[in-house]
Amino acid sequence: MPLVSLRDVRFAYGERSVLRGIDLDVHRGQVVAIMGGSGCGKTTLLRLIGGQLKANSGAVEVAGHEVGKLGRAELYAMRRRMGMLFQFGALFTDMSVFDNVAFPLREHTDLPPTMIRDLVLMKLQAVGLRGAASLRPGELSGGMARRVALARAVALDPMLILYDEPFAGLDPISLGIIGQLIRRLNDALGASSVMVTHDVHESLEIVDYIYFVSDGRIVAQGTPDEIRASADPFVHQFVNAEADGPVPFHYPAQPIDSLLGGRSA
Amino acid sequence: MNGLFAGLAAGLRHVGKLTIDGIWRLGFATRFMFAVLLASGQSLTRIHLTIRELYFSGVLSLLIITVSGLFVGLVLGLQGYDILQRYGSADAVGVMVALSLLRELGPVIAALLFASRAGSAITAEIGLMKTTEQLKAMDMMAVNPIARVVAPRFWGGVLSMPLLAALFSAMGVFGGWLITVVVIGVDDGAFWSQMQAAVEFDYDVLNGIIKSMVFGTVVSLIAVFEGYDCEPTAEGVSRAITRTVVTSALAILALDFVLTSFMFRG
Ligand SMILES: Nc1ncnc2c1ncn2[C@@H]1O[C@H](COP(=O)(O)OP(=O)(O)OP(=O)(O)O)[C@@H](O)[C@H]1O
Ligand SMILES: [Mg+2]
Repeated sequence: MPLVSLRDVRFAYGERSVLRGIDLDVHRGQVVAIMGGSGCGKTTLLRLIGGQLKANSGAVEVAGHEVGKLGRAELYAMRRRMGMLFQFGALFTDMSVFDNVAFPLREHTDLPPTMIRDLVLMKLQAVGLRGAASLRPGELSGGMARRVALARAVALDPMLILYDEPFAGLDPISLGIIGQLIRRLNDALGASSVMVTHDVHESLEIVDYIYFVSDGRIVAQGTPDEIRASADPFVHQFVNAEADGPVPFHYPAQPIDSLLGGRSA
Repeated sequence: MNGLFAGLAAGLRHVGKLTIDGIWRLGFATRFMFAVLLASGQSLTRIHLTIRELYFSGVLSLLIITVSGLFVGLVLGLQGYDILQRYGSADAVGVMVALSLLRELGPVIAALLFASRAGSAITAEIGLMKTTEQLKAMDMMAVNPIARVVAPRFWGGVLSMPLLAALFSAMGVFGGWLITVVVIGVDDGAFWSQMQAAVEFDYDVLNGIIKSMVFGTVVSLIAVFEGYDCEPTAEGVSRAITRTVVTSALAILALDFVLTSFMFRG
């Protein structure tokens, strides 16, 4: 049985329908990438899995529980076994790097301070930032902040890790480092990971399976090898970074003629 | 004619929408208040969280409260002496200074200063945490942001307000004594003994304390609510800070009237 499964999930922000029937599985031990253009609903998808949003219809299941039906206490129990990396890190700005990583441990365990210290330094060591433990989030570069957030997300050894755009705004070297980290942490923890990203090439290197989202639906999927070999126009457009193709560049709007025509608007 | 009618309808719709939004927000604020109270357990069991906020809103407001209290006392002394000596009762200036401070100026001005110094800081802090998704991140880590972030700040404010108001009044009395006794030369003994005879603990002092507790609760609630409810953008945070200061000031002055009229013995 997959760890995460979405069945015909639909979601709208008020009137604006974002997801229109998503089916998706994440099996244990896998790193799965979800790709799609900006604004296609990738963050929304992660929020549904994390239980921050409820689907309008369809089922979101994590470890056999239907997320939308959990009460607050059960949802929190589930989230203790989940880690999430936010698109912009979301480090606590009033705490040092060390305290940020220690936060989930202090909140959810009764471990003695020496043990917490060892665990935190171990996690920071894993992302290569043990030396930065005493810095403040404001003193970190974007890539470093992302790595600290990563260490914090895995502090409690989660069974499922959700990554929102882990590669956005990184130089090619940091990007490679984060990519390798995601793979290594996943395998070392025996966890499963869902990664939302636009970066096809990095993803093809590290993930087990890829879903392409467009217009609220899964339009293509496959293992990295299948994706590389695919003749699907969506996949082709994405892998080759072409502006023209099935993935729309424009936010839905009234036809431009109606504006240029003047009076009818 | 048609245009006028359409304009009128649009105006009415706008007023209606504002009213509905306002009522909705009030309902939301009430629900929020209960959520904060329900989630307050941690603020007590993990008292260091509250003490930290007590430090930020209380201790860091000490300077402005001390200095302002002193100046207000100096002015009260001057004005009080000027008025009272016309009736030959300059000795009563101590009474006047003490009663004005304990009953009104201490609680009210300290609360106004507290709203602009600590209240705005609380709103800014929570608003910024919301804008940078720190609250969402906390929630995803199965830590309730209302219990961990909001409630300690609320209680920190509630607890520090009466203490700050008391300090303000004490500094004011000191200021009044300084200007009238030391500078002008009012009799020292008369200044204190008249004050001692005229100030009643369970009327003047107690009512002042009740006022400052009410103001502290209301200002803290407004500050945490505006921060938590702000639109998560830079302008959203700045608008929320403004609203904290303005709403708090109005609430303090209006409630002061309500409380005074209940306490008034006529
Ligand atoms: N809170 C919200 N209220 C209303 N609409 C929203 C909200 N959040 C997102 N949307 C809309 O939903 C759509 C999907 O948003 P989402 O953040 O999931 O996109 P995304 O795929 O993560 O984009 P990006 O790659 O730019 O991060 C967007 O078109 C956006 O306009
Ligand atoms: Mg996104």
